[in-house]
Amino acid sequence: MSRQSNRTTDSKKMNSELFTLTYGALVTQLCKDYENDEEVNKQLDKMGYNIGVRLIEDFLARSSIGRCQDFRETADVISKVAFKMYLGITPSVTNWSPAGDELSLILESNPLVDFVELPDNHSSLVYSNLLCGVLRGALEMVQMAVDVKFAQDTLRGDNVTEIRMKFIKRIEENLPAGDE
Amino acid sequence: METRFTRGKSAILERSLTRPKTEVSVSAFALLFSEMVQYCQSRVYSVSELQARLADLGQGVGASLLDVLVLREKNGKRETKVLNILLFIKVSVWRALFGKEADKLDGFPAKVTVHWHKGTTLMIKFDEAVIARDKALEGR
Repeated sequence: MSRQSNRTTDSKKMNSELFTLTYGALVTQLCKDYENDEEVNKQLDKMGYNIGVRLIEDFLARSSIGRCQDFRETADVISKVAFKMYLGITPSVTNWSPAGDELSLILESNPLVDFVELPDNHSSLVYSNLLCGVLRGALEMVQMAVDVKFAQDTLRGDNVTEIRMKFIKRIEENLPAGDE
Repeated sequence: METRFTRGKSAILERSLTRPKTEVSVSAFALLFSEMVQYCQSRVYSVSELQARLADLGQGVGASLLDVLVLREKNGKRETKVLNILLFIKVSVWRALFGKEADKLDGFPAKVTVHWHKGTTLMIKFDEAVIARDKALEGR
């Protein structure tokens, strides 16, 4: 599709149906291409990572958020600004670990899984695993190494969807080799 | 998702089919779509195979959309005549996908190809059999 990158279309919103169906088509295709759920989960995470790496730039360009002071602020920005901007939902931030390096994002609703049911033979599929990759990729581009995974998933019978995010370390900016 | 066990309570079948209120950003969709294209590209060796894969992905989306749109806009009655189907696509489907109607409705056959010429034109090429049947229906 030949499309010029004009900024005016960027803050446009669209109905979530096409988005949900497209994501569903992707997951279905991945399930056909790979033999087992673990592989699909890994692929989704990888693809999410690639998306996250690009999404962070779009996000920083569109919101005028400056550098976050700490992980708490980061979590707030993610839930109140980023999720709202891209998916139209605002997860709540809870379950902080005592050290302040681990938190939970509770999603009441998730546009990726509208009208989705997991069949019994795919019970270990983490359907929305793309989101984990997106968060990981985006945060890595702002010098934060995090570990993100789903702790609860409505598709697998839990009451809510819970993403657990753990801060691992700050990434030092290294100049590429030979770039003196 | 062929086999579906309802586990006694299939709440999903009770859900309403009206338009969802959540709105996602166009860039979220664009990023997802771009990643899907890259994924397909990594698994094929030619452009036509790539297009075929993307079309396959789209087919599932279209089938689901058809059911939902027909239910909402036409009260469950699907169009069977060629011109009406095209009008349906031009108006309802395009509006559901892109937020506005398609600009023009040209021509008439059944293999969809994309042409880039001052904008994007989708040419749909139908089989002879469909045209013949349509003429017969009109004759009635």
